[in-house]
Amino acid sequence: MKLRIVAAMLVAATFVSVARADVNVGVTLSATGPAASLGIPEKNTVALMPTIIAGQKINYVVLDDASDTTTAVKNARKLVSENKVDVIVGSTTSPNSLAMIDVAAEAETPMISMAASSAIVDPVDARRRWVFKTPQNDVQMSTAIVEHMTNNGIKNVAFIGFADAYGEGWFREFSKVAELRKLKIVASERFNRTDTSVTGQVLKILSSNPDAVLVAGAGTPAALPQTTLKERGYKGRVYQTHGVANNDFLRVGGNSVEGTFLPAGPVLVAAQLPESNPVKKSALEYVNKYETAYGKGSTSTFGAHAWDAGLLLQNAIPVALKKGQPGSKEFRSALRDALEGLKNVTVSHGVVNMSAVDHLGFDQRARVMVKIENGAWKLQ
Amino acid sequence: MDLQVALLLGQDGLTNGAIYALLALALVLVFAVTRVVFIPQGEFVAFGALTLASFQADKTPGTLWLLLAAGGLVSLFEVGAALRRRKLGLVAPTLLWNLAYPALAAAIAVLGHPVAWPLAFQVLLSLALVVPLGPMVYRLAFQPLAEASVLVLLIVAVAVHLVLVGLGLLIFGAEGSRTPPFSEASFEIGSIAVNGQTVWVLVASLVLVGSLFVFFDRTLRGKALRATALNRTGARLMGISTVKAGKQAFMLAALIGAFSGVLIAPITTIYYDSGFLIGLKGFVGAIVGGLTSYPIAAAGAVLVGLLESYSSFWASAFKEVIVFTLIIPVLLWRSLKSQDIDEHQ
Repeated sequence: MKLRIVAAMLVAATFVSVARADVNVGVTLSATGPAASLGIPEKNTVALMPTIIAGQKINYVVLDDASDTTTAVKNARKLVSENKVDVIVGSTTSPNSLAMIDVAAEAETPMISMAASSAIVDPVDARRRWVFKTPQNDVQMSTAIVEHMTNNGIKNVAFIGFADAYGEGWFREFSKVAELRKLKIVASERFNRTDTSVTGQVLKILSSNPDAVLVAGAGTPAALPQTTLKERGYKGRVYQTHGVANNDFLRVGGNSVEGTFLPAGPVLVAAQLPESNPVKKSALEYVNKYETAYGKGSTSTFGAHAWDAGLLLQNAIPVALKKGQPGSKEFRSALRDALEGLKNVTVSHGVVNMSAVDHLGFDQRARVMVKIENGAWKLQ
Repeated sequence: MDLQVALLLGQDGLTNGAIYALLALALVLVFAVTRVVFIPQGEFVAFGALTLASFQADKTPGTLWLLLAAGGLVSLFEVGAALRRRKLGLVAPTLLWNLAYPALAAAIAVLGHPVAWPLAFQVLLSLALVVPLGPMVYRLAFQPLAEASVLVLLIVAVAVHLVLVGLGLLIFGAEGSRTPPFSEASFEIGSIAVNGQTVWVLVASLVLVGSLFVFFDRTLRGKALRATALNRTGARLMGISTVKAGKQAFMLAALIGAFSGVLIAPITTIYYDSGFLIGLKGFVGAIVGGLTSYPIAAAGAVLVGLLESYSSFWASAFKEVIVFTLIIPVLLWRSLKSQDIDEHQ
């Protein structure tokens, strides 16, 4: 008899917790595995997000997908079926995010990705209706690089990128823009994140005699081609992508990355932005918040992408709450509509203006050119 | 490709090949003595390199805590076993090696302020912290299963690899490190520049291979290891402790691994998970040698290094594919040629 009462209470307790209408935010990111250097600051950032939005309690369920696509999909399924989340934030890498689109669309749950590839939100079709993202597209960044190159009289350029989706995506976008602007790509090489030597690729690049070299890699592994170039006496310009924008890159690259140019989100050089820049305030706010919690010099642009996802939610959830109860289908659909309707939202990486055809919503204000000078990022 | 490029690629290939060769030797050694395909070999490379890098960044290396924890676990096991078998005489040396030694090494690393030491002492201290992990891993993961089949041991090795990579991420973080070269010197040989670190890697590898040869051929312990490799039961009948042989093999493997890490850290950035791929290329070399022959394994590993270097010039996108495809014809050739693979099963 006693047992039965206890059981009944337990069942009742479960029902109560389901009926409680908090907003559940499911997060899956790559805190371990090859993309850990991006995933860890994102995870740290999630811990700084507000737990109450518009008087509504927000629960965050954070899962690690170990930079693995299958696990990312499994996490996404778990989040929608077990945790009944109202929105998915994730994942860190493009392959993972691309694979999660189907889950989000099937469960009719909005998803905000923190990965770069434009294929995640473009084109906005029946499935991608549900998907948004916060990092700048590789197209925007390659345009910035090509512009900077042509403005500086560079005629031919060599490309060396990761032998994965990141490098391939960059090569595709970069070569498209380069062709339009009559920039000649004289060599195209690949290397792996874990390679211990890129001498072969670098020698090949040197033999093609380029005015500039573009290294398309993420994080500290992107320093290796540049170090080797320097060792082999290359004197031309080197460009990197926004994938290297964290302080560990400066530490590992040391002297050999001096004078490198790269496009990046404004948050990287938040303190150097002119007062007139609308992004300055929100970027500094994130930097201060992160560094108070995790120490000086610890911010990276990757964590800021997660922060921006949080900012989008803070703007969209109050709107959606008027249309439905959290946990319901109506609420998820209203949240999607609210995200799509966001206008002039200043986040740490730029200003967002979403529309039915643009689920990223960034313009020129979302990127700046940065040069590495005396071991620090310098706004150009 | 002109001659100069070919020579530079050759130099690069030889440097990496020398590291792979060292790892291939360690893999052959461990497999011969304990029948373990030692997947975590590469982790010792990463641990060695990152421990040294921590010293230079004036941080307490995480390997310290790992060593203390592993030593504590081993002590618990060993003392428990000694009590059960009522052989209390064994307790003192066990505690000395698994508790007192890590504590001493930890004290030196924390209080000695190694950031101000010369590089050679930093290297020695790094080795002193990483190498004892080898026998500890053997005691914790493999000794209880010493008689299990090769397949079971392989599965355990994969598990140990995953555990060590996870611990590596935890204690070193996701970002990599580089260390300064042993010598900044640069030589001109003919038309190409050879930098000092390359010479260091080649010479150190040769010296290590030479001393391994002397160890196995001239010393009693080395001969005991060889005897265990040839015939475990026979060796035991002759009074050779297979447990001790296993521990020594793992210690040598850890030493070779950590030293390779220290050698390669100035050439490239090492991450907590870099070791696996480096170890895997050593493994391809070891496979060429059928996991039994030291010289063929070393030659195979150098071949892997050269192949990698030249293919990174010709077809960089397919470099890894080319290197690992090498294993297929080798396995075909070996399985057609030899019938006696099951000898140790």
